[in-house]
Amino acid sequence: MTKLTGQAAIVQDLERQISELERQTGSSVAQEEIKRLQEQIESLRQTGPSPQNKDAWTRVLLARHPQRPYTLDYIQMLFTDFTELHGDRRFGDDQAMVAGFARFEGRAVMVAGHQKGRDTKQKLARNFGMTNPEGYRKALRLMSLASKFGLPIITFVDTPGAYPGIGAEERGQAEAIAYNLKEIPKLQVPIIPVIHGEGGSGGALAIAVGDHVLMLENAVYSVIAPESCSSILWRDWEHKQEASRILKLTADDLYGFRIIDEIVPEPPGGAHADPEAAAGFLRAAIKKGLSDLLPLSLEELHRRRFDRLRSLATFVSEG
Amino acid sequence: MLFDDGKYVELDAGLSSPNPLEFVDRKPYSLRLKEAARITGMKDAVRVGEGNISGKPLIVCAMEFQFIGGSMGAVVGEKIARAIDRCIQKQLPLVIVSCSGGARMMEGTISLMQLAKISASLARLDEVKKPYISVLTNPTTGGTTASFAMLGDLNIAEPGALIGFAGPRVIEQTIHQKLPEGFQTSEFLLEHGMLDAIVPRPELKAYLAKSLDFMGAWNSDETSK
Repeated sequence: MTKLTGQAAIVQDLERQISELERQTGSSVAQEEIKRLQEQIESLRQTGPSPQNKDAWTRVLLARHPQRPYTLDYIQMLFTDFTELHGDRRFGDDQAMVAGFARFEGRAVMVAGHQKGRDTKQKLARNFGMTNPEGYRKALRLMSLASKFGLPIITFVDTPGAYPGIGAEERGQAEAIAYNLKEIPKLQVPIIPVIHGEGGSGGALAIAVGDHVLMLENAVYSVIAPESCSSILWRDWEHKQEASRILKLTADDLYGFRIIDEIVPEPPGGAHADPEAAAGFLRAAIKKGLSDLLPLSLEELHRRRFDRLRSLATFVSEG
Repeated sequence: MLFDDGKYVELDAGLSSPNPLEFVDRKPYSLRLKEAARITGMKDAVRVGEGNISGKPLIVCAMEFQFIGGSMGAVVGEKIARAIDRCIQKQLPLVIVSCSGGARMMEGTISLMQLAKISASLARLDEVKKPYISVLTNPTTGGTTASFAMLGDLNIAEPGALIGFAGPRVIEQTIHQKLPEGFQTSEFLLEHGMLDAIVPRPELKAYLAKSLDFMGAWNSDETSK
Protein backbone atom coordinates (compact mmCIF):
# COMPACT_ATOMS: atom_id res chain seq x y z
CA MET A 1 0.00 0.00 0.00
CA THR A 2 2.79 2.41 0.91
CA LYS A 3 4.51 1.49 -2.34
CA LEU A 4 1.43 2.44 -4.35
CA THR A 5 1.19 5.72 -2.50
CA GLY A 6 4.85 6.35 -3.28
CA GLN A 7 4.26 5.63 -6.92
CA ALA A 8 1.19 7.84 -7.06
CA ALA A 9 3.24 10.64 -5.55
CA ILE A 10 5.92 10.22 -8.23
CA VAL A 11 3.30 10.29 -10.98
CA GLN A 12 1.80 13.41 -9.48
CA ASP A 13 5.20 15.04 -9.33
CA LEU A 14 5.91 14.16 -12.96
CA GLU A 15 2.56 15.59 -14.01
CA ARG A 16 3.35 18.79 -12.16
CA GLN A 17 6.72 18.97 -13.94
CA ILE A 18 5.02 18.52 -17.29
CA SER A 19 2.71 21.46 -16.67
CA GLU A 20 5.68 23.57 -15.52
CA LEU A 21 7.59 22.68 -18.63
CA GLU A 22 4.59 23.48 -20.80
CA ARG A 23 4.75 27.02 -19.47
CA GLN A 24 8.45 27.26 -20.48
CA THR A 25 7.69 28.56 -23.94
CA GLY A 26 11.24 29.82 -24.40
CA SER A 27 12.88 26.52 -23.52
CA SER A 28 14.12 24.64 -26.51
CA VAL A 29 14.38 21.17 -25.05
CA ALA A 30 11.21 21.29 -22.97
CA GLN A 31 9.13 19.54 -25.65
CA GLU A 32 11.44 16.54 -25.71
CA GLU A 33 11.48 16.38 -21.93
CA ILE A 34 7.69 16.52 -21.76
CA LYS A 35 7.57 13.53 -24.07
CA ARG A 36 10.00 11.70 -21.82
CA LEU A 37 8.11 12.55 -18.66
CA GLN A 38 4.87 11.32 -20.19
CA GLU A 39 6.65 8.13 -21.08
CA GLN A 40 7.90 7.75 -17.53
CA ILE A 41 4.37 8.11 -16.20
CA GLU A 42 3.17 5.52 -18.66
CA SER A 43 5.99 3.20 -17.66
CA LEU A 44 5.32 3.59 -13.95
CA ARG A 45 1.72 2.65 -14.58
CA GLN A 46 2.71 -0.32 -16.71
CA THR A 47 5.52 -1.81 -14.70
CA GLY A 48 4.68 -0.85 -11.15
CA PRO A 49 7.40 -0.09 -8.67
CA SER A 50 9.20 -3.45 -8.83
CA PRO A 51 9.29 -4.84 -12.34
CA GLN A 52 10.17 -8.51 -12.27
CA ASN A 53 10.46 -9.08 -15.96
CA LYS A 54 13.52 -7.10 -16.97
CA ASP A 55 13.53 -6.96 -20.73
CA ALA A 56 15.64 -4.33 -22.50
CA TRP A 57 12.86 -1.74 -22.56
CA THR A 58 12.22 -2.18 -18.83
CA ARG A 59 15.91 -1.48 -18.26
CA VAL A 60 15.66 1.67 -20.38
CA LEU A 61 12.78 2.84 -18.19
CA LEU A 62 14.64 1.96 -14.99
CA ALA A 63 17.78 3.73 -16.23
CA ARG A 64 15.65 6.86 -16.76
CA HIS A 65 13.55 6.41 -13.64
CA PRO A 66 12.78 9.85 -12.17
CA GLN A 67 13.83 8.73 -8.68
CA ARG A 68 17.05 7.01 -9.78
CA PRO A 69 20.15 8.31 -7.97
CA TYR A 70 22.07 10.85 -10.06
CA THR A 71 25.81 11.49 -10.12
CA LEU A 72 25.85 13.94 -7.20
CA ASP A 73 23.77 11.49 -5.15
CA TYR A 74 26.40 8.80 -5.65
CA ILE A 75 29.20 11.27 -4.98
CA GLN A 76 27.55 12.19 -1.71
CA MET A 77 27.04 8.55 -0.70
CA LEU A 78 30.45 7.21 -1.79
CA PHE A 79 32.95 9.97 -1.07
CA THR A 80 33.89 12.46 1.60
CA ASP A 81 35.25 15.99 1.20
CA PHE A 82 33.85 16.49 -2.31
CA THR A 83 35.26 19.79 -3.51
CA GLU A 84 33.61 20.85 -6.74
CA LEU A 85 35.77 22.55 -9.34
CA HIS A 86 34.29 24.60 -12.14
CA GLY A 87 34.84 25.69 -15.69
CA ASP A 88 36.75 24.77 -18.82
CA ARG A 89 38.95 27.92 -18.88
CA ARG A 90 37.77 28.40 -22.45
CA PHE A 91 34.13 29.39 -22.48
CA GLY A 92 32.09 28.56 -19.42
CA ASP A 93 31.02 26.22 -16.68
CA ASP A 94 28.67 23.52 -17.92
CA GLN A 95 26.22 22.53 -15.19
CA ALA A 96 25.46 19.26 -17.00
CA MET A 97 28.93 18.04 -16.01
CA VAL A 98 30.22 18.12 -12.44
CA ALA A 99 33.78 17.42 -11.32
CA GLY A 100 36.06 17.86 -8.38
CA PHE A 101 38.36 16.45 -5.73
CA ALA A 102 36.99 13.89 -3.30
CA ARG A 103 38.14 11.18 -0.94
CA PHE A 104 37.26 7.53 -1.46
CA GLU A 105 37.90 5.50 1.69
CA GLY A 106 40.36 8.21 2.66
CA ARG A 107 42.26 8.24 -0.65
CA ALA A 108 42.33 11.47 -2.67
CA VAL A 109 40.69 11.01 -6.09
CA MET A 110 39.15 13.06 -8.90
CA VAL A 111 35.51 12.51 -9.81
CA ALA A 112 33.68 13.75 -12.89
CA GLY A 113 30.24 12.97 -14.22
CA HIS A 114 27.11 14.02 -16.06
CA GLN A 115 24.49 15.57 -13.83
CA LYS A 116 20.72 15.58 -14.39
CA GLY A 117 18.26 17.75 -12.50
CA ARG A 118 15.49 16.49 -10.26
CA ASP A 119 12.90 19.29 -10.41
CA THR A 120 12.01 21.55 -13.32
CA LYS A 121 14.36 24.34 -12.33
CA GLN A 122 17.31 21.98 -11.87
CA LYS A 123 16.48 20.12 -15.06
CA LEU A 124 16.76 23.31 -17.06
CA ALA A 125 19.94 24.37 -15.23
CA ARG A 126 21.49 20.94 -15.86
CA ASN A 127 20.18 20.94 -19.44
CA PHE A 128 18.59 17.52 -18.80
CA GLY A 129 22.05 16.01 -18.44
CA MET A 130 22.98 16.89 -22.02
CA THR A 131 26.52 18.23 -22.01
CA ASN A 132 27.86 21.07 -24.14
CA PRO A 133 31.46 21.16 -25.42
CA GLU A 134 32.61 23.13 -22.36
CA GLY A 135 31.41 20.27 -20.14
CA TYR A 136 33.64 17.74 -21.90
CA ARG A 137 36.51 20.24 -21.84
CA LYS A 138 36.01 20.83 -18.12
CA ALA A 139 36.07 17.07 -17.48
CA LEU A 140 39.28 16.64 -19.48
CA ARG A 141 40.93 19.65 -17.83
CA LEU A 142 40.32 18.21 -14.39
CA MET A 143 41.17 14.64 -15.39
CA SER A 144 44.49 15.96 -16.72
CA LEU A 145 45.01 17.77 -13.44
CA ALA A 146 44.36 14.48 -11.64
CA SER A 147 46.93 12.78 -13.86
CA LYS A 148 49.49 15.48 -13.05
CA PHE A 149 49.05 15.02 -9.30
CA GLY A 150 48.60 11.25 -9.27
CA LEU A 151 44.92 11.10 -8.31
CA PRO A 152 42.94 8.09 -9.58
CA ILE A 153 39.87 9.10 -11.59
CA ILE A 154 36.31 7.85 -11.22
CA THR A 155 33.78 9.03 -13.79
CA PHE A 156 29.99 8.80 -13.59
CA VAL A 157 28.10 8.38 -16.84
CA ASP A 158 24.43 9.35 -17.05
CA THR A 159 23.34 11.34 -20.10
CA PRO A 160 20.73 11.05 -22.85
CA GLY A 161 23.53 12.28 -25.15
CA ALA A 162 25.66 15.28 -26.03
CA TYR A 163 23.50 18.37 -26.53
CA PRO A 164 22.45 18.87 -30.16
CA GLY A 165 22.18 22.66 -30.36
CA ILE A 166 23.43 25.58 -32.43
CA GLY A 167 25.89 26.85 -29.83
CA ALA A 168 27.20 23.34 -29.22
CA GLU A 169 28.00 22.96 -32.92
CA GLU A 170 29.55 26.43 -33.11
CA ARG A 171 31.83 25.67 -30.19
CA GLY A 172 32.87 22.28 -31.57
CA GLN A 173 30.83 19.55 -29.89
CA ALA A 174 32.40 16.91 -32.13
CA GLU A 175 35.92 18.22 -31.55
CA ALA A 176 35.42 18.29 -27.78
CA ILE A 177 34.34 14.64 -27.68
CA ALA A 178 37.02 13.53 -30.15
CA TYR A 179 39.77 15.30 -28.22
CA ASN A 180 38.73 13.61 -24.97
CA LEU A 181 38.83 10.23 -26.73
CA LYS A 182 42.38 10.88 -27.84
CA GLU A 183 43.68 12.46 -24.63
CA ILE A 184 42.06 10.33 -21.89
CA PRO A 185 43.96 7.17 -22.91
CA LYS A 186 47.23 9.06 -22.27
CA LEU A 187 46.42 9.96 -18.65
CA GLN A 188 48.86 8.48 -16.17
CA VAL A 189 46.49 7.36 -13.40
CA PRO A 190 43.91 4.55 -13.11
CA ILE A 191 40.50 5.46 -14.52
CA ILE A 192 37.29 3.71 -13.45
CA PRO A 193 34.22 4.78 -15.45
CA VAL A 194 30.83 3.95 -13.92
CA ILE A 195 27.84 3.81 -16.25
CA HIS A 196 25.05 4.18 -13.73
CA GLY A 197 22.09 5.51 -15.69
CA GLU A 198 21.83 6.37 -19.37
CA GLY A 199 24.92 5.85 -21.50
CA GLY A 200 23.89 8.02 -24.45
CA SER A 201 26.32 7.44 -27.32
CA GLY A 202 29.31 9.75 -27.94
CA GLY A 203 28.18 12.07 -25.17
CA ALA A 204 28.62 9.20 -22.71
CA LEU A 205 31.77 7.75 -24.27
CA ALA A 206 33.58 11.10 -23.96
CA ILE A 207 34.10 10.35 -20.24
CA ALA A 208 33.70 6.55 -20.32
CA VAL A 209 37.12 5.42 -21.58
CA GLY A 210 39.19 3.84 -18.85
CA ASP A 211 40.79 0.79 -17.29
CA HIS A 212 37.92 -1.02 -15.62
CA VAL A 213 34.46 -0.07 -16.85
CA LEU A 214 31.66 -0.67 -14.36
CA MET A 215 28.00 -0.72 -15.34
CA LEU A 216 25.02 -0.90 -13.03
CA GLU A 217 22.65 -3.80 -13.59
CA ASN A 218 19.81 -1.63 -14.92
CA ALA A 219 21.86 1.01 -16.73
CA VAL A 220 21.86 1.14 -20.53
CA TYR A 221 24.63 2.09 -22.95
CA SER A 222 23.83 2.58 -26.60
CA VAL A 223 24.99 4.16 -29.83
CA ILE A 224 21.51 5.69 -30.26
CA ALA A 225 18.36 6.12 -28.16
CA PRO A 226 15.78 3.39 -28.86
CA GLU A 227 13.23 6.05 -29.84
CA SER A 228 15.58 7.53 -32.44
CA CYS A 229 16.51 4.08 -33.71
CA SER A 230 12.81 3.30 -34.08
CA SER A 231 12.15 6.52 -35.94
CA ILE A 232 15.03 5.88 -38.37
CA LEU A 233 14.21 2.23 -39.08
CA TRP A 234 10.42 2.25 -38.82
CA ARG A 235 9.73 5.99 -39.22
CA ASP A 236 7.80 6.10 -35.94
CA TRP A 237 8.38 5.86 -32.17
CA GLU A 238 6.13 2.83 -31.77
CA HIS A 239 8.90 0.30 -32.24
CA LYS A 240 11.04 1.66 -29.40
CA GLN A 241 10.66 -1.56 -27.40
CA GLU A 242 11.83 -3.69 -30.30
CA ALA A 243 14.60 -1.18 -31.02
CA SER A 244 15.81 -1.39 -27.41
CA ARG A 245 15.97 -5.16 -27.75
CA ILE A 246 17.91 -5.28 -31.03
CA LEU A 247 20.38 -2.56 -29.98
CA LYS A 248 21.78 -4.89 -27.27
CA LEU A 249 22.16 -2.07 -24.79
CA THR A 250 21.84 -3.85 -21.43
CA ALA A 251 24.70 -4.56 -19.03
CA ASP A 252 24.37 -8.29 -19.72
CA ASP A 253 24.69 -7.77 -23.47
CA LEU A 254 27.66 -5.43 -23.15
CA TYR A 255 29.45 -7.68 -20.69
CA GLY A 256 29.11 -10.42 -23.29
CA PHE A 257 30.82 -8.18 -25.87
CA ARG A 258 33.54 -7.23 -23.33
CA ILE A 259 32.59 -3.56 -23.75
CA ILE A 260 32.19 -3.36 -19.98
CA ASP A 261 34.29 -5.22 -17.43
CA GLU A 262 31.91 -5.73 -14.53
CA ILE A 263 28.19 -5.59 -13.80
CA VAL A 264 27.37 -3.92 -10.48
CA PRO A 265 24.21 -5.37 -8.93
CA GLU A 266 21.30 -3.17 -7.86
CA PRO A 267 18.88 -3.77 -5.01
CA PRO A 268 15.53 -5.45 -5.85
CA GLY A 269 13.35 -3.03 -7.83
CA GLY A 270 16.34 -0.97 -8.99
CA ALA A 271 18.76 1.60 -7.56
CA HIS A 272 15.95 4.06 -6.78
CA ALA A 273 14.26 1.53 -4.48
CA ASP A 274 17.22 1.62 -2.09
CA PRO A 275 19.92 4.14 -3.08
CA GLU A 276 22.13 3.35 -0.08
CA ALA A 277 22.19 -0.32 -1.01
CA ALA A 278 22.98 0.57 -4.62
CA ALA A 279 25.85 2.77 -3.44
CA GLY A 280 27.08 -0.08 -1.24
CA PHE A 281 27.41 -2.43 -4.21
CA LEU A 282 29.13 0.29 -6.20
CA ARG A 283 31.53 1.09 -3.37
CA ALA A 284 32.67 -2.53 -3.25
CA ALA A 285 33.24 -2.60 -7.02
CA ILE A 286 35.22 0.66 -7.08
CA LYS A 287 37.29 -0.50 -4.12
CA LYS A 288 38.19 -3.74 -5.84
CA GLY A 289 38.86 -1.97 -9.13
CA LEU A 290 41.25 0.48 -7.51
CA SER A 291 43.08 -2.22 -5.59
CA ASP A 292 43.61 -4.14 -8.84
CA LEU A 293 44.77 -1.09 -10.80
CA LEU A 294 46.86 0.88 -8.32
CA PRO A 295 49.76 -1.62 -8.12
CA LEU A 296 50.24 -1.60 -11.93
CA SER A 297 53.20 0.23 -13.41
CA LEU A 298 52.39 3.09 -15.77
CA GLU A 299 53.62 1.04 -18.69
CA GLU A 300 51.39 -1.88 -17.75
CA LEU A 301 48.41 0.41 -17.14
CA HIS A 302 48.78 2.01 -20.56
CA ARG A 303 49.33 -1.28 -22.32
CA ARG A 304 46.20 -2.79 -20.76
CA ARG A 305 44.12 0.33 -21.44
CA PHE A 306 45.12 0.37 -25.10
CA ASP A 307 44.76 -3.40 -25.60
CA ARG A 308 41.33 -3.27 -24.01
CA LEU A 309 40.15 -0.78 -26.66
CA ARG A 310 42.09 -2.35 -29.50
CA SER A 311 40.49 -5.75 -28.91
CA LEU A 312 36.95 -4.37 -29.31
CA ALA A 313 36.54 -5.80 -32.75
CA THR A 314 34.28 -8.25 -34.46
CA PHE A 315 34.94 -9.13 -38.05
CA VAL A 316 35.52 -12.04 -40.33
CA SER A 317 38.62 -12.17 -42.43
CA GLU A 318 39.05 -13.80 -45.79
CA GLY A 319 41.53 -13.57 -48.61
CA MET B 1 42.42 9.45 -56.95
CA LEU B 2 45.06 10.77 -54.58
CA PHE B 3 47.76 8.28 -55.48
CA ASP B 4 50.27 8.76 -58.29
CA ASP B 5 48.87 7.26 -61.51
CA GLY B 6 45.94 5.95 -59.42
CA LYS B 7 48.14 3.05 -58.31
CA TYR B 8 48.07 1.61 -54.78
CA VAL B 9 48.08 -1.64 -52.84
CA GLU B 10 44.79 -2.25 -51.07
CA LEU B 11 45.05 -3.39 -47.43
CA ASP B 12 42.71 -5.60 -45.43
CA ALA B 13 40.10 -5.70 -48.20
CA GLY B 14 38.97 -9.12 -46.95
CA LEU B 15 37.53 -7.93 -43.64
CA SER B 16 33.74 -8.07 -43.36
CA SER B 17 31.09 -7.85 -40.68
CA PRO B 18 29.64 -11.03 -39.13
CA ASN B 19 26.56 -9.09 -37.92
CA PRO B 20 27.62 -9.36 -34.27
CA LEU B 21 24.27 -8.25 -32.81
CA GLU B 22 22.27 -10.45 -35.19
CA PHE B 23 20.49 -7.22 -35.94
CA VAL B 24 17.16 -7.53 -37.74
CA ASP B 25 14.74 -4.66 -38.22
CA ARG B 26 12.49 -4.46 -41.24
CA LYS B 27 15.31 -6.08 -43.11
CA PRO B 28 18.16 -8.21 -41.71
CA TYR B 29 21.44 -6.30 -41.40
CA SER B 30 23.19 -9.19 -43.16
CA LEU B 31 21.01 -8.49 -46.20
CA ARG B 32 21.79 -4.75 -46.05
CA LEU B 33 25.48 -5.67 -46.01
CA LYS B 34 25.07 -7.86 -49.09
CA GLU B 35 23.23 -5.15 -51.00
CA ALA B 36 25.83 -2.54 -50.06
CA ALA B 37 28.59 -4.92 -51.18
CA ARG B 38 26.83 -5.45 -54.54
CA ILE B 39 26.46 -1.69 -55.15
CA THR B 40 29.99 -0.74 -54.12
CA GLY B 41 32.04 -3.86 -54.79
CA MET B 42 33.44 -3.42 -51.26
CA LYS B 43 33.03 -5.54 -48.14
CA ASP B 44 32.60 -2.55 -45.86
CA ALA B 45 32.55 1.25 -45.83
CA VAL B 46 36.25 2.07 -45.98
CA ARG B 47 39.00 1.34 -48.48
CA VAL B 48 42.59 1.45 -47.28
CA GLY B 49 45.48 1.84 -49.70
CA GLU B 50 49.22 2.20 -49.52
CA GLY B 51 50.89 4.04 -52.37
CA ASN B 52 52.71 7.20 -53.37
CA ILE B 53 51.78 10.86 -53.56
CA SER B 54 54.24 12.97 -55.59
CA GLY B 55 56.61 10.05 -55.42
CA LYS B 56 56.48 9.71 -51.60
CA PRO B 57 54.80 6.87 -49.67
CA LEU B 58 51.68 7.20 -47.50
CA ILE B 59 48.54 5.38 -46.41
CA VAL B 60 45.09 6.67 -47.35
CA CYS B 61 41.79 5.50 -45.84
CA ALA B 62 38.78 6.57 -47.91
CA MET B 63 35.23 6.12 -46.65
CA GLU B 64 32.45 5.15 -49.06
CA PHE B 65 29.08 6.79 -48.45
CA GLN B 66 27.31 4.33 -50.75
CA PHE B 67 28.04 1.61 -48.21
CA ILE B 68 25.28 2.05 -45.57
CA GLY B 69 25.84 5.80 -45.39
CA GLY B 70 29.58 5.41 -44.91
CA SER B 71 28.78 4.28 -41.40
CA MET B 72 31.45 3.06 -39.02
CA GLY B 73 31.13 -0.39 -37.49
CA ALA B 74 33.76 -2.80 -36.25
CA VAL B 75 35.24 -3.45 -39.70
CA VAL B 76 35.79 0.24 -40.42
CA GLY B 77 37.23 0.62 -36.92
CA GLU B 78 39.57 -2.33 -37.35
CA LYS B 79 40.73 -1.35 -40.83
CA ILE B 80 41.56 2.20 -39.77
CA ALA B 81 43.26 1.00 -36.56
CA ARG B 82 45.39 -1.40 -38.62
CA ALA B 83 46.21 1.39 -41.05
CA ILE B 84 47.45 3.49 -38.10
CA ASP B 85 49.46 0.52 -36.77
CA ARG B 86 51.08 0.20 -40.17
CA CYS B 87 51.87 3.92 -40.32
CA ILE B 88 53.60 3.62 -36.95
CA GLN B 89 55.46 0.50 -37.95
CA LYS B 90 56.57 1.76 -41.38
CA GLN B 91 56.91 5.44 -40.39
CA LEU B 92 54.36 6.60 -42.94
CA PRO B 93 52.02 9.60 -42.94
CA LEU B 94 48.27 9.04 -42.89
CA VAL B 95 45.34 10.63 -44.72
CA ILE B 96 41.74 9.73 -43.91
CA VAL B 97 39.05 10.95 -46.28
CA SER B 98 35.76 10.93 -44.36
CA CYS B 99 32.32 10.70 -45.89
CA SER B 100 30.13 9.22 -43.24
CA GLY B 101 26.91 9.55 -41.32
CA GLY B 102 28.63 8.34 -38.15
CA ALA B 103 28.59 5.17 -36.09
CA ARG B 104 26.68 2.22 -37.56
CA MET B 105 23.45 1.66 -35.66
CA MET B 106 23.26 -2.01 -36.66
CA GLU B 107 26.40 -2.80 -34.69
CA GLY B 108 25.18 -0.92 -31.63
CA THR B 109 27.62 -0.11 -28.85
CA ILE B 110 30.35 -2.08 -30.68
CA SER B 111 30.26 0.72 -33.29
CA LEU B 112 30.49 3.32 -30.57
CA MET B 113 33.63 1.67 -29.21
CA GLN B 114 35.36 2.14 -32.57
CA LEU B 115 35.44 5.91 -31.90
CA ALA B 116 37.51 5.28 -28.78
CA LYS B 117 39.64 2.61 -30.42
CA ILE B 118 40.65 4.75 -33.42
CA SER B 119 41.22 7.85 -31.28
CA ALA B 120 43.49 5.92 -28.92
CA SER B 121 45.43 4.61 -31.93
CA LEU B 122 45.85 8.17 -33.20
CA ALA B 123 47.32 9.11 -29.83
CA ARG B 124 50.01 6.48 -30.51
CA LEU B 125 50.67 7.91 -33.97
CA ASP B 126 51.43 11.25 -32.25
CA GLU B 127 54.26 9.58 -30.39
CA VAL B 128 56.15 8.70 -33.59
CA LYS B 129 55.57 12.20 -34.99
CA LYS B 130 54.19 11.14 -38.34
CA PRO B 131 51.51 13.51 -39.64
CA TYR B 132 47.83 12.70 -40.07
CA ILE B 133 45.61 14.85 -42.26
CA SER B 134 41.84 14.51 -41.96
CA VAL B 135 39.92 15.39 -45.13
CA LEU B 136 36.21 15.97 -44.50
CA THR B 137 33.86 15.60 -47.45
CA ASN B 138 30.10 15.87 -47.82
CA PRO B 139 28.67 14.70 -45.45
CA THR B 140 30.70 13.99 -42.29
CA THR B 141 28.61 13.81 -39.13
CA GLY B 142 28.01 11.98 -35.86
CA GLY B 143 30.57 9.62 -34.40
CA THR B 144 32.95 10.05 -37.32
CA THR B 145 33.24 13.79 -36.66
CA ALA B 146 33.34 13.10 -32.92
CA SER B 147 36.46 11.00 -33.34
CA PHE B 148 39.11 10.73 -36.06
CA ALA B 149 37.68 13.29 -38.51
CA MET B 150 38.31 16.13 -36.01
CA LEU B 151 41.66 14.78 -34.79
CA GLY B 152 43.91 15.54 -37.74
CA ASP B 153 47.16 17.42 -37.32
CA LEU B 154 45.38 19.30 -40.06
CA ASN B 155 41.61 19.16 -40.59
CA ILE B 156 40.68 20.23 -44.09
CA ALA B 157 37.37 20.07 -45.93
CA GLU B 158 35.94 20.29 -49.40
CA PRO B 159 33.87 23.42 -50.13
CA GLY B 160 30.21 23.30 -49.10
CA ALA B 161 30.37 19.98 -47.25
CA LEU B 162 27.90 19.28 -44.43
CA ILE B 163 29.98 18.75 -41.29
CA GLY B 164 28.68 18.47 -37.76
CA PHE B 165 28.09 16.40 -34.69
CA ALA B 166 24.30 16.29 -34.66
CA GLY B 167 22.47 16.16 -37.97
CA PRO B 168 20.54 19.33 -38.91
CA ARG B 169 17.17 17.56 -38.59
CA VAL B 170 17.93 16.41 -35.05
CA ILE B 171 18.94 19.94 -34.05
CA GLU B 172 15.80 21.47 -35.58
CA GLN B 173 13.64 18.94 -33.76
CA THR B 174 15.39 19.67 -30.49
CA ILE B 175 15.37 23.45 -30.57
CA HIS B 176 12.21 23.97 -32.66
CA GLN B 177 13.83 26.65 -34.76
CA LYS B 178 14.93 26.90 -38.35
CA LEU B 179 18.69 26.66 -38.66
CA PRO B 180 20.57 29.68 -40.02
CA GLU B 181 21.66 29.69 -43.66
CA GLY B 182 24.99 27.95 -44.17
CA PHE B 183 24.95 26.30 -40.71
CA GLN B 184 27.28 23.28 -40.48
CA THR B 185 28.92 23.88 -43.86
CA SER B 186 32.68 23.74 -44.35
CA GLU B 187 32.68 27.54 -44.50
CA PHE B 188 30.79 27.73 -41.17
CA LEU B 189 33.34 25.43 -39.56
CA LEU B 190 36.27 27.39 -40.95
CA GLU B 191 34.76 30.58 -39.53
CA HIS B 192 34.34 28.90 -36.12
CA GLY B 193 37.91 27.75 -36.01
CA MET B 194 37.38 24.03 -36.55
CA LEU B 195 39.20 23.69 -39.88
CA ASP B 196 42.68 24.57 -41.10
CA ALA B 197 41.57 25.15 -44.67
CA ILE B 198 38.98 24.52 -47.34
CA VAL B 199 40.47 22.85 -50.38
CA PRO B 200 38.61 22.10 -53.63
CA ARG B 201 39.01 18.57 -54.92
CA PRO B 202 41.23 19.36 -57.96
CA GLU B 203 43.77 21.03 -55.63
CA LEU B 204 43.62 18.35 -52.96
CA LYS B 205 46.49 16.16 -54.04
CA ALA B 206 48.98 19.00 -54.35
CA TYR B 207 47.80 20.47 -51.05
CA LEU B 208 48.28 17.17 -49.21
CA ALA B 209 51.74 16.55 -50.68
CA LYS B 210 52.87 20.07 -49.76
CA SER B 211 51.45 19.99 -46.22
CA LEU B 212 52.76 16.53 -45.42
CA ASP B 213 56.17 17.69 -46.55
CA PHE B 214 55.95 20.74 -44.24
CA MET B 215 55.24 18.39 -41.34
CA GLY B 216 58.29 16.30 -42.09
CA ALA B 217 56.35 13.27 -43.26
CA TRP B 218 59.27 11.95 -45.24
CA ASN B 219 62.21 13.26 -43.27
CA SER B 220 64.35 10.24 -42.84
CA ASP B 221 65.72 9.54 -39.43
CA GLU B 222 67.58 6.61 -37.92
CA THR B 223 64.48 4.78 -36.77
CA SER B 224 62.82 4.69 -40.17
CA LYS B 225 65.57 2.78 -41.91
